[in-house]
Amino acid sequence: MNGAMAGIPEATTAGGFLLVLMLVLPVLGVLAALVLGGRHARRVAMLALPLGLVLAVMLGAELVQSGQKLVYVLGGWSPPLGIALRADGLSAVMLLTTALILLAVAVYGQADFRMPEGAADARAPFMFWTLLLAVWGSLNAVFLAGDLFTLYVALELLTFAGVPLVCLDGRPETLQAALRYLLFALLGSVLYMLGAVLLYGAYGTLDIALLAGRVRPEPAAFAAAALMTVGLLAKTALFPLHLWLPPAHAGAPAAASAVLSALVVKGSFFLVIRLWLDVMPGIVTPVAGQLLAGLGAAAIIVGNLVALRQTRLKLLIAYSTVAQIGYLFLMFPLAAGLSAMQLPNDPAVTGGLLQAVSHATAKAAMFMGAGLIYATLGHDRIADLAGVGRQLPMTLLAFALGGISLVGLPPAGGFLAKWLLLSTALTTGQWWWVVVMVAGGLLTSAYVFIVVMRALVAVDAENTPKMVVPRHREAVVLALASLSFLLGLAALLPVDIVQIGRPQPFAAGLR
Amino acid sequence: MSGLSLFGLCGSALIGIGLYGLIVNPQPLRKILAFNMIGSGVFLLFGVVARRGAALGMGGDPVPQALVITGIVVAFSATALAIALLLRLHEATGSATLRAPDAERQPDA
Repeated sequence: MNGAMAGIPEATTAGGFLLVLMLVLPVLGVLAALVLGGRHARRVAMLALPLGLVLAVMLGAELVQSGQKLVYVLGGWSPPLGIALRADGLSAVMLLTTALILLAVAVYGQADFRMPEGAADARAPFMFWTLLLAVWGSLNAVFLAGDLFTLYVALELLTFAGVPLVCLDGRPETLQAALRYLLFALLGSVLYMLGAVLLYGAYGTLDIALLAGRVRPEPAAFAAAALMTVGLLAKTALFPLHLWLPPAHAGAPAAASAVLSALVVKGSFFLVIRLWLDVMPGIVTPVAGQLLAGLGAAAIIVGNLVALRQTRLKLLIAYSTVAQIGYLFLMFPLAAGLSAMQLPNDPAVTGGLLQAVSHATAKAAMFMGAGLIYATLGHDRIADLAGVGRQLPMTLLAFALGGISLVGLPPAGGFLAKWLLLSTALTTGQWWWVVVMVAGGLLTSAYVFIVVMRALVAVDAENTPKMVVPRHREAVVLALASLSFLLGLAALLPVDIVQIGRPQPFAAGLR
Repeated sequence: MSGLSLFGLCGSALIGIGLYGLIVNPQPLRKILAFNMIGSGVFLLFGVVARRGAALGMGGDPVPQALVITGIVVAFSATALAIALLLRLHEATGSATLRAPDAERQPDA
């Protein structure tokens, strides 16, 4: 199955250079932005991001063509001494999603983060564009890294790039939110590192492929798994470690909120997938899986209920993120259940990842839409949204489409994701997760409905907008929401891209 | 008790004390210090692991040492970022707590 396990050193595969380019391009962008300074940071980002999207597409095409994971062994030193970059289907899908959303955010952010003409260089635009590239680079590193320590460094870079995005405007409450976020993240990273030490001490390697072959069910591995998982949960903001998320995501500028909510929390979630499914599939106990999904279920219920009670649109969307993160964690007991029944765990893993992608696209669109509503009305109080339907029809449509994806109605991406998870829950006889998912969907539809209904109310006197929003910004939001809405059609694709290059412990034995 | 277990226990104790401090202390500065304490404990454990993994007559496994250096750089930058944020917060509000001052609450919240 895997060269490293058979004792043959791993070698760079065809297309391996793409993995390096995916890492080098954003880092070069950050450096160029720093060197060229304020005015050029935006141009650098607008140059690098489309290029990165092309690279991500090429990587995906290469992966589909070769049908196995892409590997790049740094300097020709194979693990455990050297480090390898690996891209399987999960990585490719996330790389593509990241490049796409960041490009949309960049197009949207053009107007908000433009240097004032003729004046001295402003700080916020320069920081925004540089941090956008930095978030991109560190996310790519998270998706491609092949060993737990590189993943640690990538995760830290992601935190360092994400935290300043929260407090771009420097208001006291956003500074506070950023500091709280950073403290949670630091706790998470130090616990993760402690787990990594334990694993290295017990098995002498941190390489994911090698560890998977060596990990045995014993106290050191359990302790490491528990520490690393809790650490990652703090960064992913899974209930009850979600307290930092709503103020941080709701306080940031709309473009930054979109990046944070859509992508940054997915970085640490991706690492949970790597850890549970790739590093230690053999030692994860059913109770642990149920516990993790139990927290997810609590997040779905609590997050949705609190979202319903919000009076401000951005806070509502932020609490909805708390709830949607809960869905992501339902995949773990379901995947374990399928494996226990000697079935391939594809549906659960694909469902979980699809949930991540459809939430990312929908939530980015909704946050950016909320930003446009804020810019037009000068506030985002849900009670006073009347008239938005006339002023910003495309934005409202985007909000509704994103909402449909979050609720999980066909043909939205959220539908396919939840359908895969639901059917897996029924296959494995875990009906309680079905109840949670259906209840969560109902609650979600309630608050999406409230917002859309409020916004559709006609007003007699045409209130003058604070700022006229250019059409292209609305179009970007709508495009992203439509993507999320149509993602369910991915079911029609001939290949399940997510599963390329994934280890299949049981299916491989049956063939 | 061998020296190695002593160092290991010291590292664990540091991590325990740091975790307690990080969770219990309300002041951000103390939380940042507690984070550094946990970090020191983890680095000490790295040292223990390096010594235990020593083979072929070497003084220690070099890989954990390389990891520790990276870890220290990361922890240092994290601390610097946290302190910078804290200073900005103090500049902006005159206090450095995580509690929301009543005056800054959203009027409709």
